[in-house]
Parts: sequence; structure tokens; C-alpha cells
Amino acid sequence: MPVRKLKNYAFMGFCTFCALFGLMVLASVLYSLIGKGISGMGLHVFTELTPGPGSHGGLKNAIVGSLILTALGILIAAPLGVLAGTWLSESDKSSKIAEALRFLNGMLMSAPSILVGLFVYKVVVVTTGSFSGWAGAIALAILALPIIVSTTEEMLRLVPTTLKEAGSGLGAPRWRVITQLCYRAAGPGIVTGILLSVARITGETAPLLFTALNSNFMSTDLDKPMANLPVTIYQYAMSPFESWNELAWAGALLITVFILIINILSTALPRWIKARKAAK
Amino acid sequence: MPSAIKGDSIFYRLSFTSAILIFLVLIGIILSLIDGGWLALSEFGPGFVFRNVWDPVNSEFGAASAIYGTLVSSLIAIVIAIPVGLGTAVFLAELAPDWISRPVSMAIELLAAVPSIIYGMWGLFVFAPWFSEGFQFWALENLVGLPLIGHWFDGPPIGIGLLTAGIILSFMILPIITALTRDALKTIPNVVREAAYGVGATPYEVITRVLLPSIKNAAVGAGILGLGRALGETMAVAFVIGGANRIETSLFMPASSISSTIAQQFNEATNEMHISALISLGLVLFVLTFIVMGAARLLLRKR
Repeated sequence: MPVRKLKNYAFMGFCTFCALFGLMVLASVLYSLIGKGISGMGLHVFTELTPGPGSHGGLKNAIVGSLILTALGILIAAPLGVLAGTWLSESDKSSKIAEALRFLNGMLMSAPSILVGLFVYKVVVVTTGSFSGWAGAIALAILALPIIVSTTEEMLRLVPTTLKEAGSGLGAPRWRVITQLCYRAAGPGIVTGILLSVARITGETAPLLFTALNSNFMSTDLDKPMANLPVTIYQYAMSPFESWNELAWAGALLITVFILIINILSTALPRWIKARKAAK
Repeated sequence: MPSAIKGDSIFYRLSFTSAILIFLVLIGIILSLIDGGWLALSEFGPGFVFRNVWDPVNSEFGAASAIYGTLVSSLIAIVIAIPVGLGTAVFLAELAPDWISRPVSMAIELLAAVPSIIYGMWGLFVFAPWFSEGFQFWALENLVGLPLIGHWFDGPPIGIGLLTAGIILSFMILPIITALTRDALKTIPNVVREAAYGVGATPYEVITRVLLPSIKNAAVGAGILGLGRALGETMAVAFVIGGANRIETSLFMPASSISSTIAQQFNEATNEMHISALISLGLVLFVLTFIVMGAARLLLRKR
């Protein structure tokens, strides 16, 4: 039946075309990112400060600022997220509060990041009277939190009940069973979740626009506006200056490479730990 | 052992407090948006949503043009991304051999990890010039005369605008839609396929009549999830939408979305009414995404 065969080939052609289309977009994004990023790259990117309008310089303060903001954001979010995830995993599956919190966690995960920026602006920036590194870090922490909560819960639920029973059977209190047995067993998975949240918040721009703002100076003072890569990229890419555009591409390449490394780490690390455990 | 019980209760309280924090943050976001937008909302009333003015100089604000831009750009995004994403998922899960499907899946996931600001830059510097010279000039010559849809393409071929924003958004949500539907296809047991092929069906028939209907919920959920992402996406849109607070019938004209308006104007807003109007826009966006994401979650849960 040729009509059926024709339909079939058309359909298979369409699906193949779709996959090729997606790959083409990816190739084009990576091609321009690498091409334009490399030509703007150089030692000066790491050693010089962000330049004034139209002049040359580097991204040193933005790189340092981004590292500080991301690290601080994770330092705030990780303990809270792991604890919250632990509570969810320990709670009764049908518990109404746990179910509601799980739903709200999902909502928080998908809330537009710019709204988190507005929230932190209202709560931190307006209250303290200035844009600050703290505000930026808190905004990033709020974005990382729900990811850490849900991966922690999932990973802890995978810990076999027999392990917990063995711990409790030895007379260990519940908190010791959780911290010394469950966290150890679920550790690699939890670390993966934290790494994924690092990857997610490193490129976030919108929430930093009204919290950490940006700065052209080298500053590690968390009470002042702090330079960061995403906002610098945004401002420099939107500017009419060629030299600024080049720096924006270099910064974009840096961020993407960093995120890729973190992503690879997040899948490789648990495997590596498992392999090491197996070798012992 | 009282010390053990004490340790337990401390640990329980610590972890419960952290869990409640999720609730507090979400409530905090809602309250701060209502509080911050109160000035504008009380001035313009519920009609704020439908008012089609955005005039910072005379302190006259309405959300209609930003809502229009958000909805239209997101609609364009899912109209492109849903069929392409489904097609890619089918290719990866059903048609391609493992040695193609595995690296291609990884590449598509890589697309999801690229931060949105880079899509914005790529859209502005690479896609927009190409789009303007290629499609837009062609459309001006050949599509404008068409009935019904002709006026969509009647505008300056400058590369940026509502249509470009929608297309860039579709690239951003493509990986999510692909990954979710591919995973759903993979959960279908092989006996189902074998039975369908056994009665002599072609791959097209097996996929469209047996496999796709059985993952309908997941596929619709993935589409809505993509829509939710598109509604709230800021940076990719801020680069390419043009930033004009008007409602135009042409998709080539510069426009603005809720999030791009906030991103572009917030730091320049000096009078209180302007800031308040921008925060009210945020509240509108929150309500929109809350509805859409809530629906997606309900659909994805019911398997």
C-alpha cells in the first residue's frame, strides 16, 4: 500500500528533520559562542578590571564577584535545602503538609527568576537601603533552594529501609541514623543536586539586575553592589561599543564552559565515588 | 535515653523549619509583589490588566501591551517547539539506533544547560541579522499580500521584534519538551510495540495511534511546562524583542513582554508610580505562571 508507506516515510523524514533542526541550533549557538568568545579571550580578561565606555579591559572583578555570589548563594541554600529535603523524605508520604510543601517547592522551582529578584529587592535592598552582594547571594540562594530540596528528597527516599532499620536496631537515635547512615548513602546524589543548582544559578541574570546590580570596581565588600558576569555580559552585549561586545562574548564563553564542566562533574562524580567504593 | 530524644527533637525542628522556609519564601514573593504593586493597582484598579497605555512621563500605566507581548511570544514559542520537540523525541526514542540517539540526546540536553542570556546574545547578534535578510525580506515580498495572515508580516525587516522573540524562546524550551516526551516514550513497555508491529502497522501508525496516545498526558504536560518557562523567561527576550510598549498586529514590530519590561525599566524608573507599575506587572506574571505551572504539574502527576 503505497499511501501508507508514503505517509510513513514523510513522518520519519519529519522526525529526523526535527532532530537535525535542534542540532543545527545547538551547533550555531556553540559555533558563535566559541568563535566570538575566543577572539575576545586572553590573559587580560582575567587580570584587568571592567573598562569604561568604549575602552579596553577585562572581566576580573566580574569573575571574582560571580564566584563569590554563587558560592555564598550555595552556602546559604545547601544546608537549608538538604534539611528541608530530609524532612520531606522522613515525613509520611500522604501527609498533607508534606504534600503541600512538595507542591510549593515545585512552584518555587518554576517561578520566573525575575520575580525572585523583585522579592529580594523589596525585602533586602529597600530595607538596607542599597544594592548589595548579600542581596544577590540571597536571590541566587532562593533559586538554588528548590532544586536541592527535591533532589535531596528523591535521593534519601532511595536509601533502603533495611539500612535505617539496622541503624535503629543498634539503638542509634533517629537523627544519628539520618546524618550518619542516610546522608552517607545518599551523599553522591545530594552532591549531584547541589552541583546542578550551581550550574543553574551561575548564568542567572535577571535576579541580579536589581539585587547585586553591578560595579566597575574590584570589591569583595558584600554590603556594596557587586560586579558579576551575567549582568556585565548583558550590559556589554547591549552596548554599541565593539570592545564591550567582545568582552561580553568572552564572558559568555567563560560562563558556558564553567556550566558544562559542572554538569559533567555532576554526572561523573557519583559514578566515580561508586567505582571507588566498589574497588575497596 | 533523654539525650537521644533531645537530639531527635532538635533535628526534627531544624529540618521542619527549613521545609517551612519554602512556604515562607513563596508567600513572601506574593506579598512583596502585592505590597510593591499596591500603589499602581489602587490607582488604576483591576482595569490595569486591560489598559493599553505605558507612559512613564505622564505616570499612566496599563499592562495590556506587556501581557500581549508575553502571550503572543510564548504562543509562537510553543507552536514551534511542541511539534519539533515531539518529532525529535520520537526520532530519539523510536527511530534512531542507539549510537545516534545517545550522543544526540546528550547534545540536546546541552542546549538546556546553556544560560538564557547566551540565547539572547546569539539571537541579537547571529539570528536577527540572518532572519532579517532571509525570512523577513522574503515574507515582505511574498506573504504580506495574503488574506488573514498578511498583516502579521507587514513591518520593518529589522530582525528583532515579537516573532524573533518567539522563535528564540522556542529554541530555549525545545530541550525540555524533547527530554520529557522522550522519557515518557521510553517508559512504554516493548511488548506494546511488538504487538502493534505484529498486526502489520507501519512505524508511523504505531507511533501516532498507539504510542503517542498512551503518553498524551505527559506530552501535554511537557508542552505546558514549556509554556510556563516561556512566559517567565527574561533575558533571552529582553535582547531581541525591541522594548516598545505598544500592541501591533505585525509580528515584525518591536514589542515587549512583562519580564523584559521589568528588566529593562526597573533600574531607570525614578518615580514611585513607575516602580509600582512594574512590580504589578510582576504580580500579573506570577498569576499567569502559577496557573500554567499548576496545570502542568497536575497533568504530569496523573500518569
